[in-house]
Formats: sequence, C-alpha cells, structure tokens
Amino acid sequence: MSVKVAENHAMGTKELRKEFCETLIAMAEEDNRVVVLDADLMNAAGTKPFRAAFPERTFDCGVQEANMIGVAAGLSSRGFIPFTHTFGPFAARRACDQIFMSCAYAKQNVKVIGSDPGITAALNGGTHMPFEDMGIMSTIPEMTVVEPCDVVSVNKVIRLAKETFGTWYIRLHRKPAPTVYEAETDFVVGKANLLKDGTDVTIIAMGYMVAEALKAAETLAAEGINARVLDMWCMKPLDEEAVLAAAKETGAIVTAENHNIKNGLGSAVASCLALNCPTPVEMVGVQDEFGEVGPVNYLAERFKLTADEIVAKTKKVLARK
Amino acid sequence: MNVNEVKKFAIDIRKETIKCIGNLGVGHIGGALSVVDVLAVLYSGEMNIDPKNPAKDDRDMLVCSKGHAGPAVYSTLALKGYFPLEMLDTLNKPGTNLPSHCDMNRTPGIDMTTGSLGQGASSAMGIACANRLKGYDSYTYLIVGDGEIEEGQVWEAAMFAGAKKLDHVICFVDYNKCQIDDYVQNLCNLGNIGKKFESFGWNSIDVEDGNDVEQISAAIAHAKSIQNGQPTAIVLNTVKGKGYSKIEGSLGSHNMPVNADMVAEAMAELDEQLKAL
Repeated sequence: MSVKVAENHAMGTKELRKEFCETLIAMAEEDNRVVVLDADLMNAAGTKPFRAAFPERTFDCGVQEANMIGVAAGLSSRGFIPFTHTFGPFAARRACDQIFMSCAYAKQNVKVIGSDPGITAALNGGTHMPFEDMGIMSTIPEMTVVEPCDVVSVNKVIRLAKETFGTWYIRLHRKPAPTVYEAETDFVVGKANLLKDGTDVTIIAMGYMVAEALKAAETLAAEGINARVLDMWCMKPLDEEAVLAAAKETGAIVTAENHNIKNGLGSAVASCLALNCPTPVEMVGVQDEFGEVGPVNYLAERFKLTADEIVAKTKKVLARK
Repeated sequence: MNVNEVKKFAIDIRKETIKCIGNLGVGHIGGALSVVDVLAVLYSGEMNIDPKNPAKDDRDMLVCSKGHAGPAVYSTLALKGYFPLEMLDTLNKPGTNLPSHCDMNRTPGIDMTTGSLGQGASSAMGIACANRLKGYDSYTYLIVGDGEIEEGQVWEAAMFAGAKKLDHVICFVDYNKCQIDDYVQNLCNLGNIGKKFESFGWNSIDVEDGNDVEQISAAIAHAKSIQNGQPTAIVLNTVKGKGYSKIEGSLGSHNMPVNADMVAEAMAELDEQLKAL
C-alpha cells in the first residue's frame, strides 16, 4: 500500500463527476456486469456519456429513488454490479429503508452514490444539504461508507467499490476539488491514508475537509506545531488501528468533516477512542444544525468548515493534552 | 395442467402452512392461506424451475413481496423438494432458515428478500431487467398484497415497468380485502386496481375467484398470450384465511395464535376437501 500526496494542492481543473463517468465507462468496457441507474439526475451526475456508450445498461428511473434502489437490488441479485446515483439526501434519507432491506440486509452488491455532500449542495439549500447521510448509512450493518475528495480518489474508490462485494454508500462531490493525491496512490478498504506525518496532534479529515486539513497543517507548522494528517476516506469500516496509533503517538485528535459531528466522523473516532484509548478530541464539523442556501465559501464560514477552524480546534485540543 | 393434482397440491400446502404455524403457536396465517392457490399453480409446472438446481440461471423467478406469506411459500418449496419437510418445524424458531419474512440468503428457492412492504415490487423489476440483459425469455412473477399496494413504491415500480415495457413480469395482487387494522375499503380504498395498473401501461386481468386454480391458470395463460410489450397485473379476488373456514375472511387472521386444537380442526376440514376431489 502506498500513498503519494500531490506537492501542490491547488484547485483541480477537472470536475469529479467527469472522472466518475469516465471511470464507469472504463469499468463497463472491461466488465459487462456494470450497470448505471439514476433518478432523473444523470445530467447532474455527468453520466450521460455512459448512457450514450451503454444504453441498455443504463436505467434512468425517473424521480423515484426508492424504486431505483429496489431495481438495483434486483439487478444485483442476478449478478450485475449496479451504481445508482441521486443527491445524497434522497439516497440516504428517502431510500434508507430500501438500502437497508433490499440491499444491505439482502446481502447485495449495490453501490449507492450520493452527490453534493454537505455544503457543496450550495444553492440547492437546506432541503438538499446532507449533513446526516454518512451517519444514517453507517448505522446499517455491513455497509461500506466512503467519501473520496479529489480526481484520483474518485477513480480509485469507484474501482475499489466495483471490486469489493457488498453495499456501499459513496459520497460524491461533483465539481472540481483541490488536488490531494498523485495517481500512484493505492486505496484499501478500511485503511486511512497518511497524508502528512506528525508528532504533536493528528487531524483526521474526510472529503471536503481533507484539503482544509492540509492547509491547517501548514499554518500549524509555521507556528511550530507538527500535525499528522489522515484522510479517513473510508468512514466505515473505520481504520481503528490508525486512530489508535494517532492517539498513542500524538496524544490529541481533531476531526474535520463536512457533516454533522453527531453520528459522523467525529462520533466514530470519539467512540473508538473512548472504548480503547481515551484521548482529548475536538471536532470540526456541523454542530447539529440544518443546512441553508448560499455559495460554498459562505457556507464554509457559516458552519465553520475551514482551515482556520481546524487550527483553532487544534490549539484547543493541545491545551487539553 | 391436471386440475385435481393442483388442487391436491394446494390442500397439501395449506396443511403444511397451518401445521408449521401451529407448531410455533402464532403466525401470519390469513395472508399465507390466501395466496396458496397461486403458489400451487406456479409450482405445478407453470414456472420453469428445478428444485434440484435452485440457482439455475435462466429459471423463472418469484418475488413474494408480501414477505409475511413466507410460511405458505416455504411449505410450497418443501413439498417441491427444495428442502426437507421437517425443516418447516423450525419456522421462526431461533437459528431457523425459515424466518417470518422471506430471506433469499437463508432459504433454498427464495429468489428475493422481502418484508418491508412494497420493496419486492422494485426488486422484481430489477430481476426482469437483468434477465432481459442476459437474453433470457424467463418470467418474473410478483405477489403483492392488497394492503401492500397502499405503498407508493409499488406504483413507482408499476410506472417503471410500464415505461420500460417489462412484458415478462406478471404481478398478482392478493385482493383478500383485509388488512391489519380494518377492511381495505374502510382504511384506504383501492378503487379499481386493474384500471390503476392499466393507466401505468400494464395489461390487467381480473380473476373472479382467486382461490380457484383453474381460473388462475387461465389468467396466466391469457397474460402470456397478450404479447403487446406490456407487463400484466392479475387481480386475484381471494379470501383471507382460505381453507380453514373458522378464520376465513376475518381481519384477526392476519397474525393470530394457532393452537393444537385449531390445527386438528383445520386438518380434518382439509382432509374432507381432499376426499371430495
């Protein structure tokens, strides 16, 4: 397993949905079990090229998320590998029971893509802004729950999902994102990626907050604080080994997520630590609030999902060490 | 189809269903007994299946979306040789492979896990899509309850099947007129079920006596003969608790205690029906 971190974390130029669709097409060319389902959001998901390439293996169900998940379960029961897409809230909230029973409980191989994580729902506003999806999905036994953060990780995670039997929930940001990885990186289910080693504190981040965590680590380094940064792209199964090593070796943890801290990454890390190695923790994330409408940069400030907030919480946790 | 043989099979299914629920002492007896006759027809040669090879890839498949009719499906499968009859005694007991609601990962011959109502409708459509992709001519049979079709997901699936022209889907509606809290017409009147399906691009066939194996068989033959690119809904006018007169048509039969005396009484009644054949 190797992780190669990009030297420059500038905003990428490629939309993540473009990488998503290209990866699906590449996989479908190699494996005729790959099928794509959507609930009238193929335009948003950028998967129309998939439909053009594989019309018979594309099922646009119309605005019926529950049925889409059930149809995917039926396809899976006959050996296909369905990738379904809708916005995160409609996957995790509206189709929760279908994901639970027809997919996870029935031991199916359905890959549920929920797009527009947290504040990236932006101008669609609070109704469409999932701060709870990862938590809801994580509470279902045997689910794998993941959030890639850049072009390379989207490619690797989607491929890994295809190769790994089981029902997955995959949070997908559709637009360009800061570059975190080089293409040589391997992703392994249940293994966090070490982006920067450090000895004073560990920042455990996910999705949108990974790039913010890297920025925060630079700021902290300038102040003489050596922070470790982990990308916990696989929230479930959680890499408890990496969490406990961080606790033992750095003695303080800050979690960072574009999600409610309740039942999110913060809760998962804190639960692991409480049971195995009580350690001071601070959590950057949504403090149990609903979302609201606005551009991403406004919402990032509004919900304190920023590198500055990670720096502030890091200083707070260091004082508790 | 040998009518007397199928009728006899239906009686045998009823006997095993009542015995296994009685063995436990409680269960979903009413809605299990109402679908016995369609199960008897399907598993008497209508379906392309092989009990010795339950995983035969191009087989016809059944999704019993009203998963609580599991005991009737299990009895049918046991009588067909999918697993030993003695296994029926384990119904709903700790560690069983015959849970209250159908589970494809536990029971040989069960094609889809069901239980949360409405979901089997969608998974059946997925199975039909898959079989079409595989180039199979196989049929996907779906059984939904009348109370169950109050679920919106059933109509999402119906709309989908009509739009995608899933003409190898046959959906049976077990119209026994009863649901848990009241008669269906009092709680959430379904109106004209067949017309509802037709408006979603289906054919519909109304079976006057949905517990008559000859009428059911004729309806399936009719459905297969239409060949207009549409799926077909067959509305079976059934009787909840059919076959055990003491509970027939009763709301309370949905999930009720069944003691040894009741089992004996039901067996005597079903034996009389056998003799009359």
